[in-house]
Parts: sequence; structure tokens; C-alpha cells
Amino acid sequence: MSSISSNRKPVLSQIATNDGHAEKCSYFDGWKAYDRDPFHPTQNPNGVIQMGLAEHQLCFDLVREWLVNNPEAFICTEEGVDKFRDIAIFQDYHGLPEFRNAVAKFMGRVRGDKVRFEPDRIVMSGGATGAHELITFCLADRGDSFLVPTPYYPGFDRDLCWRTGVRLLPVVCHSSNNFKVTRKALEDAYAKAVEANIRVKGLLITNPSNPLGTILDRDTLRELVSFINEKNIHLVCDEIYAATVFRQPNFVSISEIIEEDQACNLDLVHIIYSLSKDMGFPGFRVGIVYSYNDAVVECGRKMSSFGLVSSQTQYLIASILSDDQFIGNFLLESSERLATRHKVFTHGLRQVGIKCLNSNAGLFLWMDLRGLLRESTVEAETDLWRVIINDVKLNVSPGSSFHCSEPGWFRVCIANMNEETMKVALTRIGEFVLRNGNKLVRKEKCWQNNLRLSFSFRRMDDVVRMPCIMSPHSPIPQSPLVQART
Amino acid sequence: MTIEIEAAPSVQLSRVADSETHGENSPYFAGWKAYDENPYNEVSNPSGVIQMGLAENQVSFDLLEEYLEKHSEASTWGKGAPGFRENALFQDYHGLITFRKAMASFMEEIRGGRAKFDPERVVLTAGATAANELLTFIIADPGDALLVPTPYYPGFDRDLRWRTGVKIVPIVCDSSNNFQITTQALEAAYELAKSMNIRVRGVLITNPSNPLGATISRSVLEDILDFTTKKNIHLVSDEIYSGSVFSPSEFVSVAEVLEAREYKGSERVHIVYSLSKDLGLPGFRVGTIYSYNDKVVTTARRMSSFTLISSQTQHLLACMLSDKKFAKKYVEINRARLRERYERIITGLRSAGIECLKGNAGLFCWMNLSPLLEKPTREGELDLWRTMLHELKLNISPGSSCHCSEPGWFRVCFANMSEHTLEVALDRIHKYMDQRRT
Repeated sequence: MSSISSNRKPVLSQIATNDGHAEKCSYFDGWKAYDRDPFHPTQNPNGVIQMGLAEHQLCFDLVREWLVNNPEAFICTEEGVDKFRDIAIFQDYHGLPEFRNAVAKFMGRVRGDKVRFEPDRIVMSGGATGAHELITFCLADRGDSFLVPTPYYPGFDRDLCWRTGVRLLPVVCHSSNNFKVTRKALEDAYAKAVEANIRVKGLLITNPSNPLGTILDRDTLRELVSFINEKNIHLVCDEIYAATVFRQPNFVSISEIIEEDQACNLDLVHIIYSLSKDMGFPGFRVGIVYSYNDAVVECGRKMSSFGLVSSQTQYLIASILSDDQFIGNFLLESSERLATRHKVFTHGLRQVGIKCLNSNAGLFLWMDLRGLLRESTVEAETDLWRVIINDVKLNVSPGSSFHCSEPGWFRVCIANMNEETMKVALTRIGEFVLRNGNKLVRKEKCWQNNLRLSFSFRRMDDVVRMPCIMSPHSPIPQSPLVQART
Repeated sequence: MTIEIEAAPSVQLSRVADSETHGENSPYFAGWKAYDENPYNEVSNPSGVIQMGLAENQVSFDLLEEYLEKHSEASTWGKGAPGFRENALFQDYHGLITFRKAMASFMEEIRGGRAKFDPERVVLTAGATAANELLTFIIADPGDALLVPTPYYPGFDRDLRWRTGVKIVPIVCDSSNNFQITTQALEAAYELAKSMNIRVRGVLITNPSNPLGATISRSVLEDILDFTTKKNIHLVSDEIYSGSVFSPSEFVSVAEVLEAREYKGSERVHIVYSLSKDLGLPGFRVGTIYSYNDKVVTTARRMSSFTLISSQTQHLLACMLSDKKFAKKYVEINRARLRERYERIITGLRSAGIECLKGNAGLFCWMNLSPLLEKPTREGELDLWRTMLHELKLNISPGSSCHCSEPGWFRVCFANMSEHTLEVALDRIHKYMDQRRT
């Protein structure tokens, strides 16, 4: 007779025990260093500055002011409490009509009102993270694949693959043409999949790009549309950085392209959106799947039950996004502040001989440190990255974690800190370059002709001294402790 | 000359997208459509369909509203909103520590302090819907099965199976012993799965039960725990109605059983909780997984990235539930009101000649209409259901949609309406039963 052994542990699933959560990669190691020793201007001025987190923290003063002036937007205050009951029981996966209407309108405004979005095509999800997983579940079976241009956001490895069992295949892009997504690269990636007997169900693009901070031009977008129609595969466009475009050329959304293109099969096109980057509300988990395919909208909506947006938050978002004047002002200010931040940073880096990819969007820079590598390998990049984390005390993200084909590129987030912290960061970079000036491996192609590796502190200070763009009530500069990665 | 136009090959969606496993074509949801098309309103549509198919708790909103009016900092992040920025940025999948502590403490309050909950084991998800799916992804592989006692909440068909590819094998319960789960039934389900070459990974129970509206006794819980230990499988206890037990001493949580065993063998046990039923806040999407298994906690936390709770909502509820005096008061008053409602509906039904399963929890009662069936079959039950819906204009849930093995049982919700509406519903039932007798 078998005895009951209460010491045996039950087994977990394969999904639970594999590394599909993708947290073992270096993208997250830097965060650990930051968590252990976070920078604070007075309490820990030698701590690690968080530059690995793409957050938009430059406009909270504007939002706070709106909140104080609009207490009825909160259903749980005296002003708003008569709405409380209705909102609290509202769990309809269509979402509050006012929420859908406001989001559709906002999406249109962000695109310069060049296109109109239909509220009925808006499907909610648990942030863009949830949206990506949801659309993948709708479009692909286990074992199928999506093509994705490199470099790409590391989270995609988890979001599109972990629980879905779908694979990501790279469309390799190169710095020689500023990482443009070429027809040849697409065809190569597709052919490789066919050869390996892997079914390709779609192409995922991020526009504006993370980590590049660049936008796709019309020709490229048309090329992509033509490609997916030819292969009869889906096109998923992650446009979560749409409102972070701060300079010409203007952002062109896929929604504009397909409106012009009569031949495009609309059933193939889907947009992923979120308020985490454009508005700076990652905590509120407002993810959107917008599909031109009715069946996907219907199925997606049912699936959204697994990640609906809190009705309390829907109500607040509906209120704030419906305030046309506020939003108009917000979008303008946000652009300007991002533009200024970008200018100061790129200028500061240029002063010490560091180039970045020319960009006009995003909350980060794609920094070219190929010249500082002892050799052009991932190992050398990783070594350099460890030096930057441990010696320079900046958490930046190495290009290899973004599947970049060329070692030496780093993503540096610049919109998640206030001015003072930014100055400290630039100073540290300057000092580092100064210290390592004679160890530099000069590669002709990487450096500008008039590179000056030596510099004076005074010049650096001149560069970074700018009129304060932050409200005097700016909160402390450190990012809230993100213990998101173990 | 005919011109042939080649139709563009329609692009396929995934198998998951094409399947019907979302379950929305069942009568459980069809009744809702009838309600949507003709909803009852005391004043403007007194002959409309009364919604009795939705397990919502609307009896205690005033308590919440009162609290919120007095504590505006819970919803506005304080005067001048200084806390706004930090809250809006907070997307850490550990969740706000204040909120986790408040949830752990609330769960303890509900169990009268008879079990302790560690905030470090609380994982947050957007609703119990997400929690159940997430746990399934963690404890089972596609093609595996979970054993679930019948009758069960129709949503499980979607939540446990749709995207996970996991199957449900029923643990068949019947009225002969008030639908209690027996070891024989557990064994039979296990053997059935084995005979179909399906690997069983766990048992999922709902305690208090939906749709029965009754708690599971301690001895049955012990049996279930022993069974899962013997088979070395998981036990998921969905306790989302734990705060809706009319009499606190009648509810025994699996947490108490584990505590009594000094947590030996507890790594197989996971509890699902939510504020949708007990606090009546389904719109806020607040679910939790409480696991005694460290690896499950870590993995669940990572997976919760797909379904985090809005930080705005976490903040609000952290304030509210950390107020222990308020939480205690709420739980007591809520229980008393639900009990009142329950007793009213039972009395009302009894006087119309209808009996229900003896219940002690939940937002519904399990009504026995089998004597009214023309034929003791699923079709007979659905005929009666249609009569209820189209003649009496009452949307109630047929037992077959809950996979009940015996036809004629119906789940009737009573906490999602005013007292007046409940009287109207009872009146309609009375009239119908009188008609039948003549």
C-alpha cells in the first residue's frame, strides 16, 4: 500500500520552468545594480543613475495641475462619488463608451488629425505588454513566427513568445544605412523561415522605434505594406511612442498609409497603442489593440477579459483626454520639452566625442560607443557595459539585449530624470571619456572629423547650464524603485 | 464571357481565435443579451427583463461611498496631488506594498483571523479571471487537465481552457448529498482522465461554491487535500466569495487546514481571491493569487506583467482596506445584508412552492425546479429556462450551463438589485406558479 508522501512537490508547467520570461538577459542586470545603489541628489549622489527605463517624466506638472482643477474626474471624491456605483460595477469588455471615444480622439490628434479612429475598433488590454500578447494569441498558433526588425525592445521576447509559444525571427538592420528596414532584409528573413519550415504569420514593427528613436518614412512604410500583402501575413504596428516625436520629419502612422493604399488588405493591419509613454502613465496599464480586422476585434475583445483597464482608470482617462484644450497644450509642451532634453543631451555627448544615431522621437538616445570597444564583439560590449554600470554608475542598456547585429551601441534613456540628474549623468560620461581617452580604439568610420577627446570641465558646465524647464515643484529625480525584475 | 475574380485568400487567425472555447454561445450569456435588449427599470420599464444571472454584490455600496467621501486622499493622491507622479509611474509587478499588506490583512479579517497571510506571497492580477488563467498556465501544459467539481462557474470553460490549451475533466457531484465533493467522485474523475490518456495536473475548487452558494466543509477540504497529495497534483482554491459567507464561523478556508497541518505539503496549494464579489468592485479588476509555493509566486509575479492592476486602483484600495476599523465594519454589515437578502428570497420562493439547496454564502441561491420540468433532460431544462426568460422576464442561469449533472437546477442572483426589484421578481414567480397550479 502506497503511503501518502506529503514531501513530494508537484511539477510546474514547461512555460513556468523555461526562461521564456526573458529576465535573465543583461537588459535587467543593470536594473539590479540600480536597485542596490540608486542615485539620489542629496542622499546618495554617487549612486547609479537609472538610464535604462524609458519613462516620460517631463510633464507631470501639467497633469497634476489638471487633476487638482478637475476633482470630478475621480469617482471616489465628493465631486465624483455619484458616479462611483455605476463605474465600480462596470466590467463590460467593450469598455466605457466615453473611454473609447476619448482614446480614439486622442489617437487621431497625436497623428495630427490626419486620420480618424473608430471607437468600436478599440480593444483594451493590460498595457502594451498585454496588448502584444493578446494580438499574438489572436493571429498565431504555437510554433508560428513573427518577423521583427532588429534592434528591438527586449520585452517582445517575453510578450510575444512566452505563453503563446510563438517565435520571433529577426529582420537584420545595419547602421550603414541608419538601421533602415529594407526589402532585402525582409525577404531574407522570410526566406530563412521558409527554409526552416517555420510558418510566418506576421511582421511586427515599432514606429517610432525603440531603441532607435527614429520614425519610418513613407516609402519604407509603403514597402512594408506591399511586403505583407504579397506574403499575406499580418502587420502589427507598435505606435506607443507616437506622441514623443519632437521634431521634423512628422510622424507618419500606418493608419495614414493604408488609407492611401486601396490595394492593402485591411484585415492584415493592427495597431498597438498605450498611454504609458506618450502620457507617462505606465502604472495605469492602459493598453490598446486597434485592429482593422473585424474578427480580430471581436476575438480580441473577448480575450481582453484577461486584462481589462480598471474602470476607475478608464473614467479618469476619459475625462483627461476629452479636455481638448489641455491635451492640445500637453502635446505641444511635451514635444518641446523632449526636444530640449534631446538637444542638451546629444550636444553634451558630442562635446566629448560621442555620437548618437540621428533621431527625432522616443524617450532615449541610441548611443554609438563602438569606438570604445576593444574589439567588435558582444563580449567586449558587455565588458564596456559593466564598466559603465559599475564605474561610471549609469544604468544604460547594451545593444545586444536589443538583438542589435553590431556590438557597441547602447540605449540611454533621457526623459526619466530632472535637469540636475541629467547634468550629473553628462558630467560622469565626460569624466569617463576623459579617463579612457588614451585607451580609445579609433575607428575612422565612427568618429567625427573634428573629434576632440580632451575637454575642460568649464566647457562642460557651460554646455549643460540651461534655463530650468522643470516646474519648481518638480519632485525628486530618482525613478521610483522598480523592483520589477528579480 | 464571364470574368472570374479570384477571391483574396482570407488570412487565417490562430486556432485559439477561431475556437468557440470563449464559451460565449452558451445560454449563460444568451440570457444577458435578452436583458440588454429589454432591461428592467423600476420607473421606465417595469415589465422589462430582471437580471438575475449576474453575480454582483450591490448591497453595500453606501458603505464604500461613505468612506470615500471622508477620505479623498485615497482617490486624489492628496491635496495638490503630490503622490500622483509616483503612482502614475508605478508599474512594478510586485505591486504596491501597502496594497499587498492591505489585501493580506483583509483576507485575514474575512477568515476571522483563523489564517495568516504573508504579503510577500500575494501576487496581483487584473481580476480573478486573469488569476485563474495565469495559474493554469503555471501548473499545467497544453493537453493536460484540471479536475473541477460540477456544477461550476461557466466562465471557467474560457478562463482555464481557452488560451492555455488545458482541459477540464468534471468531478461529478449530485443532489443526493447536496452536491458535496466526495473522494469517490475525485477518483472517478482522475481515472476518467487517465483512461483518455490525459495527464491531470490539479484540482480546482470554488469555496464558497459558485453556483451552489454553499461552503465546503472542513472534512471535505481535508479529503481533497489528501487526494491531491496522494496524486502529487496542485490544488487551486478559488475563494472569491469568502467575504460573502452569511455566518463567519461556517467558512473554512484551505488556508486554515494548511495552518493546522503546519503547512506540510502546502506547496501544491494556491488560493485565488478578488474584490469583485466581496466589495462589489468588478470594474476595478482586482484579483490576487496567494501561493504557498515560492516558484509559483515568482513565476506568477512575472506573468502578472500581462495583467497588472492599475496603480491608481491599488492606491485607492490600499487606503481603504488598510483602515482596519472600516474593513471590519464593512465585512460585518455586508454579511448581515446578504443574509437578509438570502432569507427573503428563500422564504419568497418557498411560499411559491419552490425549494433551494441549503446555502450559507454567495450572491445567489441554487434553485430546484426539477419538479417543473416537462422532461427530466437538458432540453426540458432549457425549455423551462426559455419560459422563465421570455414569459416571466427573469434572466436566471440554467444548471446545464454550469455543467450540472442533473437537469432542473437554476442559479438565481439576488444581490445585484434593489429590495423592491427583488419583490417584483418574487411576485412574477408567484404568479407563474399559481398559474401552473390552475
